[in-house]
Amino acid sequence: MTFPDGTEALDGISFGVSMGEFVTIVGPSGCGKSTLLRIASGLLEPTSGRVEADRERLGYVFQDATLLDWRNVQHNVELLPQLHGYPKAERKKLAREAIELVGLSGFERHYPKSLSGGMKMRVSLARTLTLAPPLFLFDEPFAAVDEITRQRLNEETQALFQREGFAGLFITHSISEAVFMSTRVMVMSARPGRILSEHEVPFSYPRHAELRFDARFGDLCGDVSVALEGAHGSEESDD
Amino acid sequence: MTEQVSGMEPVGSEAEVETDADIEENESPRGMGVWAYLAPLITFVLIIGVWYFISYVRMDAVRRRTALPAPHTVFEDGLLVWEDRKGLKPILEALLVTSRVALIGLGISIAIGVLLAIVMNTAKWAERSIFPYAVIIQVTPILALVPLIRNWYGFGIPARVVVCVLIAIFPVITNTLFGLQSAKEGHHDLFTLHHANWLTRLWRLEMPGAMPAFLTGLRIAAGGSVIGAVVGDFFFRQGEIGLGRLIDNYQKDTRIPELFTATIVACLFGIAIFLIVGWISTRTLKHWHESARNYT
Repeated sequence: MTFPDGTEALDGISFGVSMGEFVTIVGPSGCGKSTLLRIASGLLEPTSGRVEADRERLGYVFQDATLLDWRNVQHNVELLPQLHGYPKAERKKLAREAIELVGLSGFERHYPKSLSGGMKMRVSLARTLTLAPPLFLFDEPFAAVDEITRQRLNEETQALFQREGFAGLFITHSISEAVFMSTRVMVMSARPGRILSEHEVPFSYPRHAELRFDARFGDLCGDVSVALEGAHGSEESDD
Repeated sequence: MTEQVSGMEPVGSEAEVETDADIEENESPRGMGVWAYLAPLITFVLIIGVWYFISYVRMDAVRRRTALPAPHTVFEDGLLVWEDRKGLKPILEALLVTSRVALIGLGISIAIGVLLAIVMNTAKWAERSIFPYAVIIQVTPILALVPLIRNWYGFGIPARVVVCVLIAIFPVITNTLFGLQSAKEGHHDLFTLHHANWLTRLWRLEMPGAMPAFLTGLRIAAGGSVIGAVVGDFFFRQGEIGLGRLIDNYQKDTRIPELFTATIVACLFGIAIFLIVGWISTRTLKHWHESARNYT
């Protein structure tokens, strides 16, 4: 992927994500992780190469919760079925189920203004879940919430993954987040982005909070960390 | 997708904090308590005091009659008199004419203004080709256009409505356009990913998102439409008598208390429209926009 201004963002990246696989890409800031996701989703056309994906009902969770401020939780969650032309009764039902799934029952009438960052992110997740997408793309969705909330959202996301069995592609620069949720972690280098190393994560699902204190978890985080160190190269990453 | 996934607890504590904040918001404007209403009242009393002072201390009897009659004279000769060609009655009749022009003008300004904003929002070239002329309408002295409008539309209500629209349409156009264009990149991406067409994007994303800006524009336009209507009947000196022409007549006949009364009535009408629009604005936005917090 090369941008019109000549910036080479991605170079020679090739991988697949199957159903029931949760792949996370970690890399330094500005390495092209988000570009990769935008290409995968079809928001951006690659200058070369191709993407094979079912994009009809694509799940895309943005960095920002991207809720519509004028809609309450219920109507925000109904948005995607509405855009896809589902009948009213069905989208109400789908939204109710998704809201329950992310633990926000009782908050249907609340507006985004009165929700915390973590709750907004849950609404965003619920909104994506309504379509039961076979492919779920996450663009650093939990970067803006505090650490405790982030860990809880990680636990919830892996529970959703275990339950729904979608193909997940997750972007982050948090190593522990990556290892905790994924079946596979890929480390990307600074611009132009290349895949430097791949790490299979052997832990079975469901994964619980205590996993973070497991020695093998620590070792794996260490491996990824070392690889990531190499990804930065000799220079500091430039944002 | 029916039962809850293990490890996901419903959240409660976060929301309780917000409820407290809501209660605080619902108090008087900016938490001023009774002062919120006392402050403008004190200002009012001060203004009346200064008015009396100038009228009685700084002016002799003749000038008091022709330049600045005392507040109670305005009250007695203007507001309390109710005769066919004197006092409040002709003023309220004129208000009826003027308010009709103002409301029609405001309605047309909203319709055309929003439509133009939508057209300009669809393509950069459309914005480039229309916007400069919207600015030109705004900066052209109405005075220069009056003879033309008179030639085109005559003296009746349509001509006055045109003047009104010329004044009121600009804030509608600019604010609505600004609002439509302020939809966030992420939201556009979301709609793109889910194959939303032009109309869906406009209806579900851009138009609701433009409401705060549109309503701000509407507030300005509402005041402008009243001024436009008064200016309109000031210039078109035939046909039904509106407030503008009445004010001019009183000026010429030195009926100063009635002149003041007519002016005050025009102001009150403007304030009423302003408050109604403000109320609509607050009701529309109360759940989601910061601006709706502190208005009364």
